[in-house]
Amino acid sequence: MNNYQPVIGLEIHVELSTVSKMFCSCPADWFGKEPNTLTCPVCLGLPGALPVANRQAIEWVVKLGLAMRCGINMVSKFDRKHYFYPDLPKGFQISQYDVPFCHGGSYDLLDNKLEKLKTINIKRIHMEEDTGKLIHKNGKSYVDFNRCGVPLVEIVTEPDFENSTQVKQFLEELHTLVLYLNISDANMEEGSMRLEPNISIRKVQGSTLHVPSKKNITLNAVHGMWSDLPNYKVEVKNINSFKFAVQAIDYEIERQIEILKRGDIPPQETRGFDPNIHRTVSQRTKEEAHDYRYFPEPDIPPITLENSYVEGVKADLPELPQQKLRRYIKTYKLRYQDATILISDSKLFNFFEQVSGHLITGHKTEELKDENMYSMVANLIINKKISIDQPIDSFVAEAVKKLKPVETDEEELVRAIDWVINENANAVLNYKQGNINSIMFLVGQVMQKMKGKADAQLVRSKLEEALS
Amino acid sequence: MQYYKIMNSNSLKVILEKLEKREITSVEITKQYLDEIKKKDSQINAFITVNDKALNEAKLADDKRQRGDKGVLLGVPIALKDVYSTRGLKTTAGSRVLENYIPPYDATAVKKLKQAGAVILGKTNLDAWAHGSSGENSDFGVTHNPYDLKSTPGGSSSGSAAAVASGMAPVAAGTDTGGSIRLPASFCNVVGLKPTYGRVSRYGIIAMGSSFDSIGHITQDVFSSALVLSVTGEIDPNDGTTGKVAVTQYHKLLGKPINGVKLGIIKEFMKEGLDSEIKKNFGKACKTLEDLGCEIVEISLPHVDYATSTYYILVPAEVSSNLGRMDGVRFGNSRDHFSAEAKRRVMIGTYTLSSGYYDAYYNKALKVRRLIINDFNNAFKSVDAIIAPTSPTPPFKLGEKLNEPLSMYLSDIYVCPMNLAGVPALSVPMEPAHNLPCGIQFVGRQFDENTIFNIAHAYEQARGDINLKLKI
Repeated sequence: MNNYQPVIGLEIHVELSTVSKMFCSCPADWFGKEPNTLTCPVCLGLPGALPVANRQAIEWVVKLGLAMRCGINMVSKFDRKHYFYPDLPKGFQISQYDVPFCHGGSYDLLDNKLEKLKTINIKRIHMEEDTGKLIHKNGKSYVDFNRCGVPLVEIVTEPDFENSTQVKQFLEELHTLVLYLNISDANMEEGSMRLEPNISIRKVQGSTLHVPSKKNITLNAVHGMWSDLPNYKVEVKNINSFKFAVQAIDYEIERQIEILKRGDIPPQETRGFDPNIHRTVSQRTKEEAHDYRYFPEPDIPPITLENSYVEGVKADLPELPQQKLRRYIKTYKLRYQDATILISDSKLFNFFEQVSGHLITGHKTEELKDENMYSMVANLIINKKISIDQPIDSFVAEAVKKLKPVETDEEELVRAIDWVINENANAVLNYKQGNINSIMFLVGQVMQKMKGKADAQLVRSKLEEALS
Repeated sequence: MQYYKIMNSNSLKVILEKLEKREITSVEITKQYLDEIKKKDSQINAFITVNDKALNEAKLADDKRQRGDKGVLLGVPIALKDVYSTRGLKTTAGSRVLENYIPPYDATAVKKLKQAGAVILGKTNLDAWAHGSSGENSDFGVTHNPYDLKSTPGGSSSGSAAAVASGMAPVAAGTDTGGSIRLPASFCNVVGLKPTYGRVSRYGIIAMGSSFDSIGHITQDVFSSALVLSVTGEIDPNDGTTGKVAVTQYHKLLGKPINGVKLGIIKEFMKEGLDSEIKKNFGKACKTLEDLGCEIVEISLPHVDYATSTYYILVPAEVSSNLGRMDGVRFGNSRDHFSAEAKRRVMIGTYTLSSGYYDAYYNKALKVRRLIINDFNNAFKSVDAIIAPTSPTPPFKLGEKLNEPLSMYLSDIYVCPMNLAGVPALSVPMEPAHNLPCGIQFVGRQFDENTIFNIAHAYEQARGDINLKLKI
């Protein structure tokens, strides 16, 4: 039964690491600080206080939008989103409703040959403010407003994901992207990156199609499949790791298919992920959904961005992770796996690039000759064969020593091979009978005889020659 | 008992001259106003809080002057409508919800007044949250009109107007969201300025309708009004809606001749509903202005009849949002302390912003607002300023409209269109009608307060004294 297809979209919140908060000048670096020490009339929502938008935060959301190939709204605005909760002092959150800073972007998931696997469409990226934090202790509840007003970016994708593997790849790459742009520490544990997948299931074949809504269904003549979206969706909250995102999605897919198989429709609801039981639990159904009563924030005039400003932000974008990945594979001939590991850790790739630069400028490339040299250097770094916690110079010296081809005394090698063949009749026989593995034993013996002063590849080919 | 007054004028021109010449001290003046409050306020109820540190502040101002300091308002006592956040001084917004709220910070306007050397006399009464046109919605008792204790002083800046009118303060700051400075100024025979939206910072003023609130003041005369605006006017980094137009020394630009100035009378205002005596007096005021060389023409604001309806969609929407923070969690009392008018506006606003109704109400009202703005812009293509009666009626009796919210809302038909358009307007007393105060308002282009100050100042000089007696 392969006729159930998951439809998954993501909402991702990323806390920006600006110096000050979104709408006041309080420090935004709230994590681990004494409660309610980073507050002022604005972020406490005291009567009369007014918000003023943080320019840096707006620049950074534009930066993120451009990196995700979004269109930028040259005139944008903030809106008030109303709901009552003790950690929301104004009774509304300043967010963006119908004119976000960024809209209509896309992101390509690539396979290990750098071929496009899937394009994820980005619906919008907007700016909002974080809320305070509730702390429940000894049967009492406390509110800490330090986090209140910290700039928050929300990235909303189209429901283009088909499984948790794609979601995981996207999230990991987005995490890296955000770090490259230097706009957030994207720390999952501290909550600076939060994930809310929404999941539903559609049937894709057969005349017994069971899709809840009669309207909006269109049969796609080209693909011969129903291409509408299901008219329910389940949002999952409380996910603070990529692993949990995968677990929650996999659990939901299974749960919803079961309901559909019974002939029912899963209810539209918000569910929370419980990491202890690896399951989602119902939190709120559609009937309890909020009416946020959005309207334009009258305290902040609409924001007009100049073309030259957006072009400037674009020009200042750093090399993005996928660009770096391509360059490493094309220019340095790195293996996909190694390149992937390198590009997702700034400490590793910065070191790698310095070493590579050093190899070229110091003409070490001539000395090393091997076309896989960069690949081998990457390997040394990734597998920690040489410590990267040392100056580039000494790392390079050590690497050159390790990677330099060994000068082999060929006359001595011939003598050593003769000697080993004579001494190891059994192994020789095994090899001749077809046990290929025996060659490695013999190579080892020769290397030992040569006291390691021989090139292993050369030893092997000479041995094979002698035994043929 | 004969009470000796050191000052017989509330004009800042006179007060500052005497202070500068060291004929009087700030302590002496402040004491006089505090004594007036003690003597009269039991009958007027203009103050919610009297600042018990006022005399200390006055002493400091005198010391500063002694040292040679020169603040524009150094030593001048001033009252503040109780929506101005004052650090360490209770700020109630006229509501029991905030009856114990002491702000930890000063509003920008308060900061600027203090920097200029003003002495805070106290906080004046108002319709709770500035919701009202009569002062009767205050949770701290109604304010009485000093010219007829049985009449309302107008609202919502009821206490500010009554305080200046009865000599309990030379200046009282207010807010004008839909006429809340001009209507009470007109009812109390004083000068009321609603500056351009964004001329004076709203930071620290308890918000009513955020896209309407104009931060102004009530004074004895036009000169004082212009002087105070040159202090409070500000391009405030804490208020992103303040305009990027430089503040000028408004009071120094008064006295220019106004011959050749073109004034517009709003056709739509001159019909039924306007009290005949007010209409007659307005005609006399026009004559005075013509005698000064002004040319008066009729203009039309085709959409102005929709102003009140538009106002009562947009403002309650913003009110419902702004009052959301009054939840009693961090400060103030719980929500059951809200009284009827605030609840009414919160409900109307919540309704019009609800999904499914937004387009029919809020969004449509925004479009009408745009049309009204265009009406004013078009009018200002052919005239330098617009003149109109401030109120269609003289002050009404306390209780008269209390149970008729709609009729109460209609008291503001001549004043609220200017808030929709964000233009400045200044109400100045004209000849009394029915032996009660009434005002004429001068309306200008955005950020062109200079023009209306100058015209109003010329009118004030030509008009002469107004023959009305205080009833206290």
